[in-house]
Amino acid sequence: MRPVLYVLTFLGLIALGFWAYRENYATQTALREVRALQSEIADLREALSVQRAEWAYLNRPDRLRELAGVNFDRLGLLPMEPGQFGTPAQVAFPVPEIPAIEGPSDTIGGVTAVEDTAADQAEAIAAGTAEEGL
Amino acid sequence: MRTPLRPLARILRARDTGENPDLIERENLARRHEAISDRQHARAAARLGLLALAFGAFYLTIGIRMGHLAASEPMEPVASAPGAEIVAQRADITDRNGRILATNMTTHALYAHPADMVDPKGTASQLAEIFPELDAAQLERRFTDGRKFVWIRKVLSPEQVQKVHEIGDPGLLFGPREMRLYPNGTLAAHVLGGYAFGAEGVHSAEVIGTAGIEKAMDARLRDPAQGGTPLALSIDLSVQATVEEVLSAGITMLNARGGAAIIMDVNTGEIIAMASAPTFDPNDRPVPLVSKDAEPSDSPLFNRAVQGVYELGSTFKIFAAAQAMELGLVNPDTMVDANAPMIWGKHKIKEFEGKNYGPLLSVTDVIAKSSNVGTAHIALMIGPLRQQAFLKSLGFFEPTPLELVEAPGAKPLIPRKWPEIVTITTSYGHGMSASPMHLAAAYAAIANGGIYLKPTLLKQDGPAKGVRVLSESVAAEAVRMLRGVVTHGTASLAEVPGYEVAGKTGTADKPKKSGGYYKDKVINTFASVFPASDPRYVVLVTLDEPVDTSGPKPKRTAGWTSVPVAAEMIRRVAPILGLRPKVELAQDSTLTAAQN
Repeated sequence: MRPVLYVLTFLGLIALGFWAYRENYATQTALREVRALQSEIADLREALSVQRAEWAYLNRPDRLRELAGVNFDRLGLLPMEPGQFGTPAQVAFPVPEIPAIEGPSDTIGGVTAVEDTAADQAEAIAAGTAEEGL
Repeated sequence: MRTPLRPLARILRARDTGENPDLIERENLARRHEAISDRQHARAAARLGLLALAFGAFYLTIGIRMGHLAASEPMEPVASAPGAEIVAQRADITDRNGRILATNMTTHALYAHPADMVDPKGTASQLAEIFPELDAAQLERRFTDGRKFVWIRKVLSPEQVQKVHEIGDPGLLFGPREMRLYPNGTLAAHVLGGYAFGAEGVHSAEVIGTAGIEKAMDARLRDPAQGGTPLALSIDLSVQATVEEVLSAGITMLNARGGAAIIMDVNTGEIIAMASAPTFDPNDRPVPLVSKDAEPSDSPLFNRAVQGVYELGSTFKIFAAAQAMELGLVNPDTMVDANAPMIWGKHKIKEFEGKNYGPLLSVTDVIAKSSNVGTAHIALMIGPLRQQAFLKSLGFFEPTPLELVEAPGAKPLIPRKWPEIVTITTSYGHGMSASPMHLAAAYAAIANGGIYLKPTLLKQDGPAKGVRVLSESVAAEAVRMLRGVVTHGTASLAEVPGYEVAGKTGTADKPKKSGGYYKDKVINTFASVFPASDPRYVVLVTLDEPVDTSGPKPKRTAGWTSVPVAAEMIRRVAPILGLRPKVELAQDSTLTAAQN
């Protein structure tokens, strides 16, 4: 019994040594990878800050003003004016579509009034939009 | 084995010999106690030893760790906070909406090791070709006179780096450099200030602020713990750009030597825009003037808004009126003596162009017509001591607490003695001098309902706390008076439809260096608040030696110079600030009816 135990312990020791060896190299690889990633992050950060600076440089107000002037024919941009404020009332809301009513539908009061109701609705809505336009 | 305390054999023997057997018992008892105490002593010693061992191990661990930390090379932590140490050293500066005003850029510095140079002469001439400001002969002399190290240039552009690489001399070396970049050029130059390199090494250089907020907030900007968080200013980039555009257009049109403009939020004390013209490019900061005759205001570096300490003229009149109302001496309709000219001792106080608005004028009209005599009489009611205390509470006796390195140096000029004639002249803004920033802060106190707030250039989270200097009703009354100046007074050109501008003009003659005043050189100021019904912003425009030559006679009063500039500024800036013009909205009710 005892020799078997010795052999097993020995094999276990070898296995553990092998595992430790592998782990060691895996750790080193991971560390190297982290270093590479960090330097990449540093590069990207630098690029980011350069691009931010460039964005700020390209969007500096006097350049935009100049460009707005140069491209006035196409864009027609002017400085903001107090008169450009609007109210919700000035927004042209789209005319709601009235679903077509097909065939007489059964209502409680009877069927005769159906067509009139649809016409009434359309009229009321048209009147509403007309007033809204004011 | 436990020994008995009274062994029978010895007791019997003792009895035989006539000794006291109790002694034997006591002896044995003593021996037993001794043994017990020996045992306890040993145990305590063992425990102490163990404790000493534990402490020893503890201190040894700490000692080894400390020694290790001290002796080992510092290494960036591998797993924690990736990239935190890579962040640029000096914090960015942004406007209130996060748009960049100042940032850093990595470039290169060029230096040389002449000992390693293959061809000093050729290198020198090629370098002089790339950099026109370098002198080939001088460079060559420096390369060949035996020194081991030569700085050539502090900052290079990428193209220049490439060109230097193409020379290919091994003696030319590059060092990384972090430089400050102001992408908006001249925009807000006086706020930002400028930078310079401090201690310089081959591998890095210190970037330090030299003026403006860069210097005033240098410690905060260089704090490594806050390097990643930009410093947010209260400045709004779009507003600032508009203000600068309008101001410079106004200066050109009115042939002024310079000017300044301030827009301040009355509820927080934040400076939304601050401009001074002429201006400069902080990326390429000009050298300060050194000649003795030069006035500081001749330099573009001079910040007129903060450093321009001048007599501010009639803009002061509202303070006298407001204080008199606060003290209950007058109300807006009280008639005061305004019979010009007023004789006070050997002094004669006159109105503009020798007019006479008298004999009596209501306080509202004193302000609207800008009557010197009327204001003088109001000031005399207040008296010198109370007048001084009030102006002090409005911050006129101290430099502004603005976060600019120039601010503490711009002390207001206060007369040393304060006789009644000074009370009179100060009431209409002569005799004491302050900067436009002082005036803007004081007007903000009137506009926000009577609370003096410290002006600041840093973005604030909410309404600031200040000191109450006027009651709310008096402040509202004062704003109404200022509104009167625009609707039927000296600043009629300030009317911007929908924005209810209220303000006061001020025209002050420029003092001569030799004493006395120039006849035809003036400083024109227009201090205004808008909208008058619920004041949100103070707009202040001051122009140096403006003249309106559109009419047959040159006009030099603020009403014709600063006022139209300020009006145009408000018209352009108010929409950017999100303020709607106030107009009557018609057919509101019919609309709601039609919706249903």
